Amino acid sequence: MSEVTPIFSLLNISKHFPGVKALDKVQLDLYPGEVTALVGENGAGKSTLVKVMTGIYQPTEGELYLDGKPVNIATPEDAHHNGITAIHQETVLFDELSVMENIFAGHYLQLPSGRLDWKQMEQETIRILSEIEAPLAPKKLLKELSIGQRHMVAIARALSFDARVVILDEPTAALSHREIEEFYAIVYRLQKKGCAILFISHKFDEIYSIADRFTVFRDGCYIGEGKIAEVEEKELVSMMVGRSIDTAFPKTEVDIGDCIIEVKDFCHPTEFDAINFKLHQGEILGFYGLVGAGRTEVMQSLFGVSNNASGQIIVNNKELAIKSPSDAIKAGIVYVPEERQAQGTVLEFPIYQNISLPQLDKLNPKGFLNTATEYSLADKYAKRLKVKAPNWNEKVENLSGGNQQKVVIGKWLATEPKIIILDEPTKGIDIGSKAAVHEFMSELTEQGLAVIMVSSELPEIMGMADRIIVMREGLMVNEFERAQFSAEQLVSAATGMTGELQ
Amino acid sequence: MEKINNSSFETKDIEKKSLPSWVFSWESFLLATTVLVFFINCLASPYFLDPWSLSDATFNFSEKAIIALPLALVIIVRDIDISVASIIALSSTAMGFTAEVTDSLFLICSAGMIVGTLCGALNGLLITRLNIPAIVVTIGTMSLFRGITYILLGDQALKNYPESFSFFGQGYVAPFIGFEFASFLVIAVLFYILLQKTNFGRRTYAIGNNPTAAYYSGINVAKHKLIIFIMVGFFCSIAAIMLTSRLGSTRPTIALGWELNIITMVVLGGVSILGGSGTIVGVVIAVFLMGLVNSGLGLINVPGIVMSIIIGAMLICVIALPGVFQRLRNKVGN
Repeated sequence: MSEVTPIFSLLNISKHFPGVKALDKVQLDLYPGEVTALVGENGAGKSTLVKVMTGIYQPTEGELYLDGKPVNIATPEDAHHNGITAIHQETVLFDELSVMENIFAGHYLQLPSGRLDWKQMEQETIRILSEIEAPLAPKKLLKELSIGQRHMVAIARALSFDARVVILDEPTAALSHREIEEFYAIVYRLQKKGCAILFISHKFDEIYSIADRFTVFRDGCYIGEGKIAEVEEKELVSMMVGRSIDTAFPKTEVDIGDCIIEVKDFCHPTEFDAINFKLHQGEILGFYGLVGAGRTEVMQSLFGVSNNASGQIIVNNKELAIKSPSDAIKAGIVYVPEERQAQGTVLEFPIYQNISLPQLDKLNPKGFLNTATEYSLADKYAKRLKVKAPNWNEKVENLSGGNQQKVVIGKWLATEPKIIILDEPTKGIDIGSKAAVHEFMSELTEQGLAVIMVSSELPEIMGMADRIIVMREGLMVNEFERAQFSAEQLVSAATGMTGELQ
Repeated sequence: MEKINNSSFETKDIEKKSLPSWVFSWESFLLATTVLVFFINCLASPYFLDPWSLSDATFNFSEKAIIALPLALVIIVRDIDISVASIIALSSTAMGFTAEVTDSLFLICSAGMIVGTLCGALNGLLITRLNIPAIVVTIGTMSLFRGITYILLGDQALKNYPESFSFFGQGYVAPFIGFEFASFLVIAVLFYILLQKTNFGRRTYAIGNNPTAAYYSGINVAKHKLIIFIMVGFFCSIAAIMLTSRLGSTRPTIALGWELNIITMVVLGGVSILGGSGTIVGVVIAVFLMGLVNSGLGLINVPGIVMSIIIGAMLICVIALPGVFQRLRNKVGN
């Protein structure tokens, strides 16, 4: 095999944020006509790297080379000019504009008079779309298209820029099975055109079916690279996680106690319908499904964030009306949200003030702050969760993602809840913190708490849950006991392939 | 091990950090500016240091300053209230009509306070129940309240106030200390305690920094904001009592244009217009600074229009400085 020179290479790239090294001297090479898969767990630094490549972030140090020449990508515009385009999981396009307008937005073709040359643009659109064999009407509005079709528009847009480097950032996450097949075909055509493709995915089957090479990141560091054909899935996984996967989940066997909460006929006008489940003391109930299956919405309704759901919530044999988070907290239900920074913490507050926030009235019944009581409460829980910080006066914004998450969990444990809902509890946090969160979940169940865990990570949910409810399109489609867990069944239930398989 | 680490870090940190962060705080910068203006005033006019002229100067800002205190809370929770001057007008009108029929100070003041509080409640309810942005609601109620006073008063003035009513705007509680100024100081202390020392204050900052996370932490954000808007309405009526008493009459143009002065005090005091930060100490210093600048310029006979140019320029300069400051502080930090 002759060594081809890469179109685009990154060397010794680091990106530091206050308190976090998102990338630490990583490297990446992209070759013409080849698909390179970037593999790593959540929080490995993949999205940060994409942002560096597309000019959204400036690297703290390191060099970028295009065709062997150093290049500076200071803005997203620079990236476009250099033929670098990214297609994201949720593509950023304009709903109210047509396919053609979306493709040419920002670089419209013009007549010499300065007026827009719609005819030329329409012809170009048809040409580009036929090149990727995507049969779309140029004048159709984007909002009328499916997600898969939107991806095609995004790719057509990339081609209209003469893109040579195409970044596909988890493009298949929201696609149906058939759309994925079509998508592969388009990727193949891009490859034949000589584009260098960076493919980011969590799904190994996809990586093995379309990638030629791989690069592995872990915790913001470069781990290794090679040819896909020469590596086994197991090796790839152990490079990713840095240890063998069986030891990752410290699940302890706990006797499952009485039913603590029962949810009956929980319905929402638009998001979910007919949700029924029971949760027992000491149990971890997993909710698995694709992004958008309605899991978060169920949990938020249960926590009272949105209160247009109907149905019964019975906690300890008493029916409760939960109209706001404060009702839920009083009932002993707490929620660790998926959007940690937007919903979980007040970043500008020190750790101790975040931990005391939900129960100020309980701590200071007379209404006057007592910093010492607050601090000792924070001390108890932050230590228990092993939050890494110089002291509890440190602002939460200066902590790493994992430690921020520990603060959120600590805040809720301090309220001494009966039921704790964890929504994607380990999304975007480093491996060490992840393990700490998992360990802690086990500890909680030993103490008789009931845990609901929403997770999209199969190994995590299979490793930790006693029972898994699978949701699809707002409905509960299946329920599995721990003994019955199998990755294939969970995935097919979540994606709706059950019928086809059996 | 961890225990030892934590406690030792803590004390070291406080010793190391407290000095520079205090020196570079917004409040100390404002204080330095205020002292500077004070000395300039002393040089500019021999009459400035006269106790009576100083005392007089306090009357010109105390009423506005009383409203600036609750308004600081509004701005900290990311809202705004520009209807404050119109609330004064409506509240004063209510007092004027009450004074037509009774001489009871209690009834006159109560009428003003009830109307002011209701105006604040109306703002708060529209904002929190109907989810209309505060700026839109209070632009509306600014015209609404002022419009009602014009309709009720036409071009007449209500001046049937009893003799004793003049105390609130013209009386002294001690030599050179006007009732207005004394009230401002007391209310400022109360707001300092409310904002920095109570659960309510902590929640105010939490909402200002991250309303979503505050809501997810069980804070009733809507109720909290409603209370703050009601407070603004109430303190507008207190200011209305003082102003009406000082002027001795109610006209539809009373307190016209005050809202911008009041907002200027709050912003100058270091309350971020984006919400989440700011202190009562800062607002109080800003009140004194503006008072000094106004009285100094007045003593050297600067015309009103030039005065507003100077205040405007000062506001912009002072607001541009935090960026410069931040850079300085970062340098020192490194």
